[in-house]
Amino acid sequence: MCDTCGCNVTHGNRHLIEEGGKHAHTSDDHVAIEVLENLLSENDHQAAHNREHFERHGVLAINLMSSPGSGKTRLLERTIDHLKERYKIGVIEGDLETENDAQRIRDKGVPAVQITTGTACHLDAHMIHQALHQTPLDELDLLFIENVGNLVCPASFDLGQHLNVTLLSVTEGDDKPAKYPVIFRAADHVLITKSDLLPLLDDFDPDNAGQALQQLAYKNPITLVSAKSDQGMDEWLNWLEAQLSQATATEPATV
Amino acid sequence: MLRQVEEIAQREQATSVERIVIQIGPLSGVVPELLQQAFTIARCGTRAEAAELVTQTQPVRVHCLQCGYDSDAQANRLLCAKCGDYRTRLISGDELLLASVELTKN
Repeated sequence: MCDTCGCNVTHGNRHLIEEGGKHAHTSDDHVAIEVLENLLSENDHQAAHNREHFERHGVLAINLMSSPGSGKTRLLERTIDHLKERYKIGVIEGDLETENDAQRIRDKGVPAVQITTGTACHLDAHMIHQALHQTPLDELDLLFIENVGNLVCPASFDLGQHLNVTLLSVTEGDDKPAKYPVIFRAADHVLITKSDLLPLLDDFDPDNAGQALQQLAYKNPITLVSAKSDQGMDEWLNWLEAQLSQATATEPATV
Repeated sequence: MLRQVEEIAQREQATSVERIVIQIGPLSGVVPELLQQAFTIARCGTRAEAAELVTQTQPVRVHCLQCGYDSDAQANRLLCAKCGDYRTRLISGDELLLASVELTKN
């Protein structure tokens, strides 16, 4: 689907606009109107606005997605420890109920805005827009958005982020990518977290996870990391820094 | 979706919406059955109150970046059917589109 120009015309639906006119009358005098409009167009419009906002402030925005308990907050804490001397980092936290994760981030001396979603199982572009009013974008280089722990819905909503990172912890099944193709296919980097536990688990094989990802035509990096032992952290941090320098190089002039 | 439909109905000065056709790809992350259930509740009080929702599932298809072949695929197996390579590009299967609406004017 073409999300760039909004035309939304694909091989699958092209015939609809080629056969017959835009307005066709049916036998009982109803009017049929071809639309071909993305059902998430309102969200995507807001997301594009958020992205412009990030770019105007020279901020790289990264959306972290995973199931609950796979270690997103822990990874962020460790990432902040390593990078906070060199980069100004901010976090938007999405959670169903508590403010616990935002507090953990603030304890690291980094601004964190909590979005409590209540019953909503994902963040959307409008929620991020609200949170941006409380986010000191002028003072940031890097903004992490910690999405609600869920492997299904978050993948369908563009927030205006530049990059998606999907976490898969070794305490989950190594076939998760095959079960949740949408969220893993969207990833710019997959982190296999809690790798320090691998010696204790004989039913998670990182190679199997890699194969399941490859079957999704996934072509981006896969890194085994442990925020506890620091295994793989260098690889993850190097990738982050490369993305940051690339973003700075292509950034439009600040208005 | 209903907001988009309402806007179209208003623009066309229609009294009611008879049919809404949407296209859903398996890789859009939306389950047609759940959408149908939600629709029966969400349509209440709108011009689409009596509308039928038709969901058309789109096929998952990939274009191989290695051999150039286009083939059908499964949502969790996006490999080229001809050469088996994983370096493919999705050409259909992640749509979530409002395809058409059928309206009654008076």
